[in-house]
Amino acid sequence: MGKGIRDKVAILGMGCSKFGERWEDGADDLMVEAFQECIQDAGIEKKEIQAAWLGSCFDEISIGKSAVPASVALRLPNIAVTRVENYCASGTEAFRGAVYGVASGAYDIALAIGVEKLKDIGYGGLPEFSSAMGSLNQLWMANFTAPGGFAMMATSYAAKYGLDINEIKRAMAHISVKSHANGALNPKAHLRKPVTEDQVMCSPHVAYPLGLFDCCGVSDGSACAIVTTPEIAKSLGKKDIVSVKALQLSLSNGTEFAYDWDGAHFITATKASKAAYEEAGVTNPRKEISMMEVHDCFSITELVTMEDLHISERGKATKDVLDGFYDLGAGGVPCQVDGGLKCFGHPIGASGLRMLYEMYLQLQGRAEKRQLKDPRLGLTHNLGGFPFLNVCSIAIIGRLGA
Amino acid sequence: MIGITSYGGYIPRYRLSRMLIVQNMAWYFPVIMAVAGGEKAVANWDEDSVSMAVAAAYDCMKGKDRKALEGLYFASTTMPFTDRINAGIVATALNMREANAVNADFSACMKAGTTAAISALDAIGAGTRDNILVVASDQRRTKMATMLEMFYGDGAAAVLFGSGDVIAEFKGSYSINCDFVDHYKGHGKDFDYAFEERWVRDVGYGKIIPEAVKGYLAKYGMKIGDFSKVIYPCYFSGTHAAIARDLGIDKSKVQDNLHNTCGDTGSAHPLVLLVAALEEASPGDKLLVAGFGQGCDVLAFEVTDKIKSLKQRTGIKGSLAKRVEFTNFQKYAKFRNLITADLGIRGEANPNTALTVLWRKRKMLLGLVGVKCTKCGTPQFPSYPVCVNPDCWSANSFEDYEFSDKAGKVLMFTGDMLSASVDPPAVYGLVHFEGGGRSMFDFTDCDLSQVKVGVSTSMAFRLRQVDSVRGFTGYFWKAVPQTEGGGA
Repeated sequence: MGKGIRDKVAILGMGCSKFGERWEDGADDLMVEAFQECIQDAGIEKKEIQAAWLGSCFDEISIGKSAVPASVALRLPNIAVTRVENYCASGTEAFRGAVYGVASGAYDIALAIGVEKLKDIGYGGLPEFSSAMGSLNQLWMANFTAPGGFAMMATSYAAKYGLDINEIKRAMAHISVKSHANGALNPKAHLRKPVTEDQVMCSPHVAYPLGLFDCCGVSDGSACAIVTTPEIAKSLGKKDIVSVKALQLSLSNGTEFAYDWDGAHFITATKASKAAYEEAGVTNPRKEISMMEVHDCFSITELVTMEDLHISERGKATKDVLDGFYDLGAGGVPCQVDGGLKCFGHPIGASGLRMLYEMYLQLQGRAEKRQLKDPRLGLTHNLGGFPFLNVCSIAIIGRLGA
Repeated sequence: MIGITSYGGYIPRYRLSRMLIVQNMAWYFPVIMAVAGGEKAVANWDEDSVSMAVAAAYDCMKGKDRKALEGLYFASTTMPFTDRINAGIVATALNMREANAVNADFSACMKAGTTAAISALDAIGAGTRDNILVVASDQRRTKMATMLEMFYGDGAAAVLFGSGDVIAEFKGSYSINCDFVDHYKGHGKDFDYAFEERWVRDVGYGKIIPEAVKGYLAKYGMKIGDFSKVIYPCYFSGTHAAIARDLGIDKSKVQDNLHNTCGDTGSAHPLVLLVAALEEASPGDKLLVAGFGQGCDVLAFEVTDKIKSLKQRTGIKGSLAKRVEFTNFQKYAKFRNLITADLGIRGEANPNTALTVLWRKRKMLLGLVGVKCTKCGTPQFPSYPVCVNPDCWSANSFEDYEFSDKAGKVLMFTGDMLSASVDPPAVYGLVHFEGGGRSMFDFTDCDLSQVKVGVSTSMAFRLRQVDSVRGFTGYFWKAVPQTEGGGA
């Protein structure tokens, strides 16, 4: 068993584009926008970056294959650039590549950038994926979409805990209302209007029992991070250094889909979060985690995730949510502090880095109207794929030495 | 003794009231008002002749060993492929053996079903085959506001012929073949082209069927009164009755033509009616069945005691009882592609079918055959080289395991409005099978409002996608939640 990543790598700088329907911009514009903020924040020159990792998911409709699109867009100095794709964890995977590259000692300074240009497909929602699922799967897999795949979990969660579907809908509505309230405070968010519980409850049906406002937006965006060792960060005169505390990944192996699973939790998130707490030295996440950005692709995902992160007890997430435990400034563990996927949308390759960006800003006291008092540890979570077959990534970052 | 050893039937659950057609289309062609009574069976959007044939075949093979089948004859005028044996799709869906079996398509005629039956009986009688499964099915599209739209219904029947455990002994056949063309469907055409009904009634059904029946009686030295049921298709009710009068058949001994409850199922109809008759038959009953189309086939059977030991099945009677009224005429028109509705850009994706994959995975894709781990006993679908059970994870230690006949329970589900679907919302979910194994399937023949976690399911072979660019029709299996009633 390795010793883990805790405090071995520091974040030198981060950047994040404005997320939204960027009709006038392509993936290259978005990457450059995020990168310019990031390199300025890092206070280094581009030539000091020794390696880079690019995260993107729908390469077919977005940037194309390989990492060349990032190397070209950013005019990187002929360094190693690697494209990673692991569903919705792609952004966090890029970060993991850069962090591990530095931690290994192979590089002093590395870049992680994620991007997705979704709004070039001509229709709402994520790109249709039947033709990208493989030549066998496309011949038998059910006619499912992202909202449908996650919506199913509401039915099995309700059945497991004997809840009425309307109770769950009420808790899911609270989740969306909370995220919209947070997103309204964030100039980089796509959706910035607060909504009411009734608006959410009455929104048009997308996939039973999810309505439109249970679903995150669909946006274009990019976010990036430059990482280095804590020693180099200090040598560059950086103060309030933010370091990586944990990076964990867990993937389904088919158990959920084909063997045995209650449909009321994420096996992967349950495992990855536990490993991340161990790596970060967290023993009581409900008390020790200061804030979270979780993968709220759909409100039901966020609801169930609260239990998988071992913060709400099994079957008690609806109560915690309705009690406001995850609301901003309510004394619990604020979740989706920046507005979440709900308000940022989900340009897949960018999302994990966008989440880390908010945690980074908060830890440095730069989150403006959303700023939390003295946050110590921030957790980010991505859940790519579907409840029955997925990739889960967890990252914890915090103040160096905290 | 040779003859019928089992039977099965399938009529889709949607029923369209003819009055609904009249209400929507009589403005265009008021003559359809003359036949406004009753209702017709309408296939769901994901059903076609092949899928209905598979349903009827499974019904027929209840309690029988599908691996023992030596041949499958498929009769239909609405087969999806003109070069790729359609019976082979049905056979693979049945997980029939591939070696030492003979499959064949019988097509291009309304009496294709009875001709397939005669051919099967010829082979069995000659001793070259022990058994042959004959499946007949039709799902005929019709132009709107036509008499054919009023008459045609969708359905399938399957009859197993053989020499052991005969439930109805074959008592000979007689055929007339003549090029009487009451209607035809030319190459590449979507719809039938029919000639004047008066001529079809008087010179076609009204003359050729009695002539063939009389031919049979003369050949075998029998009288019409010897038969307890005389079975023949003819969707003109007056002519149907007139044929009985002409032949001197007592009204009570004429098999109902199912015009009021199902409509005429084309090349399947003689066997559909035969199955309906067998469902009511008692040992000793003699049945005479005729198929009409460019002539007429006549076959006779005598029911044996063995009919009592036949396992319970859905059949035609059971299918007709599973009835849901189709109240939306536009939806019917869309299901039959008579109108153009936008599926949206999301529905445009149309990758070709990898025939290599279809070959390697034919048992999985068409037969819903998974595996059972020989080390830990876990059934699983789909199969991967390593067992799914985390306490086992043995590699390549599997035997085939059929899921097609396994009941299941819904674990989680949704009704998805975002999916590109002909019948939104697309309902699908994760199903756990009795005896183990689970997978995700599209659901069919259900209303979202009726689906609940824990509802029982059965599996149905269904059309999955039609690739109109390349002309390929793809099939897979869907889960049918066992709910009562519903609507459309």
